[in-house]
Amino acid sequence: MSKQRISCTVNGEPVEFLAGASQSLLDALRDELGLTGSKEGCGSGDCGACSVTLDGRLACACLVFAPEAQGRQIGTIEGLAQGGRLHPVQQQFLEHAALQCGFCTPGLLVAAKALLDRNPDPTETEVRYWLAGNLCRCTGYDKIVRAVLDAAAQLRAQEARP
Amino acid sequence: MSDIDFQAPASLQDALALLGQAGQTRPLAGGTDLMVQMRSGRMQAQRILDLKRIPGLIGIESGPAGFVIGAATPCAQIGEHGGLVAAWPGVVEAARLIGSTQVQGRASLGGNLCNASPAADSVPALIAAGAVLRVAGPAGERELAAESLQLGPGRNALAPGEVLVAIALPARAPRSGDAYLRLIPRTEMDIAVAGAGVWLALDADRRVTQARVALGAVAPTALRVDAAAQALIGSRLDDDALARLAAAASAACRPIDDKRGTAAYRTRVAGVLARRAAAIAYERACA
Repeated sequence: MSKQRISCTVNGEPVEFLAGASQSLLDALRDELGLTGSKEGCGSGDCGACSVTLDGRLACACLVFAPEAQGRQIGTIEGLAQGGRLHPVQQQFLEHAALQCGFCTPGLLVAAKALLDRNPDPTETEVRYWLAGNLCRCTGYDKIVRAVLDAAAQLRAQEARP
Repeated sequence: MSDIDFQAPASLQDALALLGQAGQTRPLAGGTDLMVQMRSGRMQAQRILDLKRIPGLIGIESGPAGFVIGAATPCAQIGEHGGLVAAWPGVVEAARLIGSTQVQGRASLGGNLCNASPAADSVPALIAAGAVLRVAGPAGERELAAESLQLGPGRNALAPGEVLVAIALPARAPRSGDAYLRLIPRTEMDIAVAGAGVWLALDADRRVTQARVALGAVAPTALRVDAAAQALIGSRLDDDALARLAAAASAACRPIDDKRGTAAYRTRVAGVLARRAAAIAYERACA
């Protein structure tokens, strides 16, 4: 079967690409659009390294067929920093050294931002459950959870400032 | 995955026409089972039929008769519907137990039902709730009780050319409540060792007048266990009634041994879960 031309929005920018019917959105992002921030860990929706948002909802890009993206809004790790300024959740990952090999980091950042967009003041338990689908084999998660909680506090403080 | 055809019809009529064409067509809701099975080679498809652009397949309608949940509605969206959470907390809890946040954004009740895993969390809860499945096919629409869909692991009762379009739940009856509990070896992100869904309704004296009990992961399909429900009738959920419920639930189990639990463990735990779920449902019915 021939490839389909897909038009969608990625990180606010309209894009077009050719999608194979059985191609995953993750492969399309990486191979067709050159957005290699999203990683393939497991390819079966278990590890969260390919986390993106699809019309605002968190999803594993490896479990989305590329043609499903037609007309949808997609958010990837490349959209987190704005104008060269890191998002607070990225900044806090650096402050806390909340990564070692870094392979899970893009997915964790996208997932953490999706949480803070919905819930600006999560408890530690809420952070841990929200991120249960993002596997990190290096850090033991503690620094990640603290970084997310501090990013939440930083965002609330920014919000409170006039 | 070899080259296939991807279709996202905008109407049910177009979807049914595509389902009627030659070749193996797989309906797609959230894809959280389908894509994994295709990639592993366990499932073949010549055509993927994305149902999510069909009106009504995503969304929840509520009215005096109850709720109609589009078969492809993501579980996360189900958990955000205040009316449904208030009326059917057990069904919502079961839906919200499936997978990670990422999976919740995509996985659906329709997919969980049709994938027909014996351990599917939403299925015992839907059976206990008395859910009715709305199926569309070449001969028109038909309705199916939730417990009639699963035939065995990975096998469902849909005929060729048919597709599950919606799940209907009645309005919550006065003095009724539901609950679902499952056991997994960790606190999140695993598959049920056993699960139990209970629905019950009370009279003004808080005696159980009607009940439904369903178990998951203890047989080739989710089981509706009428003997367990019968044990509750007429009781105020005293210890005797609960003991009879647990015994009847365990007696109905035909589980396998696997890495998550032995058959003996599953059988025991199914009774314990049924008992605890009944207590929660009773509390909700009294509230």
